[in-house]
Amino acid sequence: MATPSPTTFSQPFNFFKDVRRTTLKTSTIFGPKLKSGEIEHTHLRLLTFFKTGPRLELKASKEPPGLTQQLDNSRLESLAETENVCDFFEDLKHRFLRFKKRKFKENLEHFQNLAQGQAPKFMIIACADSRVCPSNILGFQPGEAFVVRNIANLVPTFESGPSETNAALEFAVNALKVENILVIGHSRCGGIRALMSMQDEEDSSSFIRSWVVVGNNARLITKSAASNLSFDQQCRHCEKESVYHSLSNLLTYPWIEEKVARGELFVHGGYYDFVECTFEKWTMDYEGGNLQKNSRFAVKNQFYWC
Amino acid sequence: MAKQSLEVAVEGLKRFLSEQNGLDEVTAAKIEKLAAELQGTDLNGFDHHVQKDPVQMITEGFRYFKTNKFDKNPELYNRLAHGQWPQFLVFACSDSRVCPSHILNFQPGDAFMVRNIANMVPPFDQLRYSGAGAAIEYAIKALEVPNILVIGHSRCGGIKRLMSHPEDGSAPYDFIDEWVKIGKPAKAKVIAKFGHLPFEKQCEHCEKESVDLSLMNLLSYPYVQKAVASKRLRLMGGYYNFVNGTFERWEFECHFSPHLPA
Repeated sequence: MATPSPTTFSQPFNFFKDVRRTTLKTSTIFGPKLKSGEIEHTHLRLLTFFKTGPRLELKASKEPPGLTQQLDNSRLESLAETENVCDFFEDLKHRFLRFKKRKFKENLEHFQNLAQGQAPKFMIIACADSRVCPSNILGFQPGEAFVVRNIANLVPTFESGPSETNAALEFAVNALKVENILVIGHSRCGGIRALMSMQDEEDSSSFIRSWVVVGNNARLITKSAASNLSFDQQCRHCEKESVYHSLSNLLTYPWIEEKVARGELFVHGGYYDFVECTFEKWTMDYEGGNLQKNSRFAVKNQFYWC
Repeated sequence: MAKQSLEVAVEGLKRFLSEQNGLDEVTAAKIEKLAAELQGTDLNGFDHHVQKDPVQMITEGFRYFKTNKFDKNPELYNRLAHGQWPQFLVFACSDSRVCPSHILNFQPGDAFMVRNIANMVPPFDQLRYSGAGAAIEYAIKALEVPNILVIGHSRCGGIKRLMSHPEDGSAPYDFIDEWVKIGKPAKAKVIAKFGHLPFEKQCEHCEKESVDLSLMNLLSYPYVQKAVASKRLRLMGGYYNFVNGTFERWEFECHFSPHLPA
């Protein structure tokens, strides 16, 4: 498999130096050193200056009750219906104020306790997909779940080196000492589709490819086990296979395996189907498991909710 | 017998609720809350999760979602089953207290969401930071989101680690330290400008500076820069302070020169 060409800045992108020097660096960075077949290089622009707009602080305001009711009625409308760009800021404001009124103030003591520290029982690894937020589908309330969301809810191995996902793992397991890790896959995952669409010898400088290759073993297993199925069905198969694969990858972290072996940490897989609205959940059976590489371990406590 | 009566009563309440389309939202919410309390599944109250088994937590959570959201909005969820058109790409911290779905009430379909330690956006680097880059690439090129919102928050453990290590002499966290050093330029600025303030105040400043740094780093992705320059994409910062219950938001404006001469 071809290795993507390293694509980095020659120097840190430092915006604290004067504007002129910054713009010169920009032209070097976005010049020939950047390799990406899909990026146009014909038009270089200089970032002349930037500014942050005024910071607007939202506190509980004294809107009349009618306004709150109007906002509540639009609760289920998609943001896609907001046409005016300026409305986004107003929309954010109203959303926050509603949270503050209906949750924060009504549970003030709880939020004050949370402000002192968090002790979530769960760490969740879920996809960044807008349809699968664990707070929505599993009802996690503030303080209950430490959540990582990335493309295709993948967990890289310990050996692959530092990444944002394993930085979060380290924090959750070693600092917060969560008792459960739950990796949640889902239907119609664009990231898994991109993974399944990968060709073995493809040389691409796409970020997506560089990331989803973390799940390559799941793709290979799917291809060998489900080659007679349609591409859509293979993707669905891979969505679940990838969760099993991520759970195996969790055990490549010594400090995770130690805790699982001692029964202090439980590792679970989940799969949310948003077409049928079903949820499957299973727990890794460490003692009964086959932990050889590329082999699936045993599971227990399997549930299917529909 | 009592349980049966209770179930009948709850079903009656729910039927009443579903039949009364003209109910104002406040009354509807109260009835919903009452029905949930009677069933012991009130997810707006926080007490009931305290001593529950983890599996029970998510079982009830999913049941609540399916019953009260999915089944009640078939048109929305049918549409979402076929695709997503989120208006936001959000970067938020993994902290359990700051989920944007709570504080900004994002519903399914609203926001493509990345959550990581200290809500950081690293600069363009395909080898070291492919995770963040993949999310940005997918959101901008495939989903064409029109807004990116980076949300920082109070008492962030990741920012605290950035600000304190290695000066505090503590043993390294291999992965965390490598990740949070993305924020080093923000730390340097805060120490230069606010180094005379107590540590907690410095951290608070860094939580906000780091958001601005992340917004700046977004511009190092060519497709982000291109979309911002052609006004198809807006960059925004946010800061949620859960100590005093406030939310700040600001826009990150960029101005570009005309094309370079050939």
